[in-house]
Amino acid sequence: MNLEEYKGVYVFAQQVDNEISGIAFELLGKAKDLAKDLNTDVTAVLLGSGVKELADQLAEYGADKVIVVDDPELKDYRTEPYAHALSSVINKYKPEIMLVGATAIGRDLGPRVSARVATGLTADCTVLEIGDFPLQAVPGQEQLHNQLLMTRPAFGGNTIATIACPYNRPQMATVRAGVMQKIDPIKGAKANVEEFNPGFTPDNKYVEILDIVKSVAETVDIMDAKILVSGGRGVGSPENFKILEDLAEVLGGTVSCSRAVVDSGWKPKDLQVGQTGKTVRPNVYFAIGISGAIQHVAGMEESDIIVAINKDADAPIFDVADYGVVGDLNKIVPKLTEALKAEIAAAKA
Amino acid sequence: MKIVVCVKQVPDTAGGVKFNPDGTLDRGAMLTIMNPDDKAGLEAALRLKDQHGAEVTVVTMGLPKAEEVLREAMAMGADKGVLVTDRVLGGADTWATSTTLAGAIRNLEYDLIITGRQAIDGDTAQVGPQISEHLDIPVISYAQDIKIEGDSVVVERQYEDRYHVVKAKMPCLITALSELNEPRYMTPGGIFDAYKKEITVWGRADLKDVDDANLGLKGSPTKIAKASDKVRKGAGEKVALDPDESVSYIVDKLKVKHVI
Repeated sequence: MNLEEYKGVYVFAQQVDNEISGIAFELLGKAKDLAKDLNTDVTAVLLGSGVKELADQLAEYGADKVIVVDDPELKDYRTEPYAHALSSVINKYKPEIMLVGATAIGRDLGPRVSARVATGLTADCTVLEIGDFPLQAVPGQEQLHNQLLMTRPAFGGNTIATIACPYNRPQMATVRAGVMQKIDPIKGAKANVEEFNPGFTPDNKYVEILDIVKSVAETVDIMDAKILVSGGRGVGSPENFKILEDLAEVLGGTVSCSRAVVDSGWKPKDLQVGQTGKTVRPNVYFAIGISGAIQHVAGMEESDIIVAINKDADAPIFDVADYGVVGDLNKIVPKLTEALKAEIAAAKA
Repeated sequence: MKIVVCVKQVPDTAGGVKFNPDGTLDRGAMLTIMNPDDKAGLEAALRLKDQHGAEVTVVTMGLPKAEEVLREAMAMGADKGVLVTDRVLGGADTWATSTTLAGAIRNLEYDLIITGRQAIDGDTAQVGPQISEHLDIPVISYAQDIKIEGDSVVVERQYEDRYHVVKAKMPCLITALSELNEPRYMTPGGIFDAYKKEITVWGRADLKDVDDANLGLKGSPTKIAKASDKVRKGAGEKVALDPDESVSYIVDKLKVKHVI
């Protein structure tokens, strides 16, 4: 493998139902930073069926070039045709960096592709930067420059590791949604599109999709919410989430929850915050009746302000809360809603 | 039907993480468990065995101590256990781990391979799909339901806002979510029997069609540049007041921060 041949920062531009996923724009924002440091450009790889017209959106968010693989086999996500398309793009265009969203698609596609093109893959990264490997020069070992340094939490968020892929290309990472910043869109930007089709020959690895069952869409994605009112097992019952919904409504916020709530069947999975749910960073995060297991904290600790209400004074949520209130949520939350309602009415008057 | 289940022995982070006085993780003080997603995968295999009849072989890679999870799996009802252990396999990243496990599985007959979606220590979700690539078989990740129909599997494959009902011809690899089921407990008889069963131990020499260049620390494309315990934002204020005072306290803070 001649590493010098590999150039450019590439992003897998995930789309579902021919709508580009937010993660693709976030990755483009980060790719622009990395490309600047490497003095190279940003390429988005768009795979799907009838997706070519989406390419301009990728240009608006920072893609210098868009490679489009448009084929009916790519209509709905299936591992094999997508892995074939992306690895064919990698083999032909030889990117030095390939970023993929750490979504339910990306966490399946990324490993399959990395194994096919025989390179490393770092999962669920939260920080990406260009630097040296080893970080400090070590006698007897060549220090390589312009390496992608990929930082990720491990051990349920208890440790963080910075990982490099110094001797293989591309350097591949999946990146957590909600962590990287998209740029302000460049309105009217036109994509420099290159169409490519590696050819698709169905084999035993092409699975058949018998049915697609969509869950009832929640009105707001919790990852976009500025204020989250999040409930845990301590809320006590699905009915009692009403008091959280009332608080959220007064503040123009959204209700989210912990894993325990999803496991109990009180709330759907797309409202779950945490390691196996979504990573959120709202302006204000209310943790109500949430003990604060490390897996939950990993998904919300970047929130600007964390307010915790819990009757257990020793709950670990208080270790990350800016404002912790020890007390009975059933007594405090309804009163808080009323008080805020009055404050907001007074401010408007 | 022959089913291979891959399991990993992991430190138990859910049962409370232990720290040393200097704030680093005290791994020695933490118990080890069978990785939860893997256990769900094993349970799924055992249910298929109950329904259709199957031979379930459990494979793990790790230190000799990892035999414990194989015994647990056998006490739950698995038929055979394979421990892949060798010094030269240590320090493997997901590429080298999947290469190793694929090398072991090539010695076995299988219609279905089930792995957990991800392990709670690494959280990568990569090893299952990578094994399938090495073995050139289809993968269905994130399974929330598994059924057998003739020579095929029909799986509910979870995504963020939907699931796909996917059909694949066997042999096939499936990665299991812990939501898939509630794993059964070991039975006293099962525990007794588990210790009568043989565990096969394989080292480097027993792996089929693998290159030394792809094994262990040296064969891992990803290299750790730095590892550290996470620096967390310190705790803020904590108050214990009566409900009315609690409300005033929160309202004041939200005002100071210009939230309202």
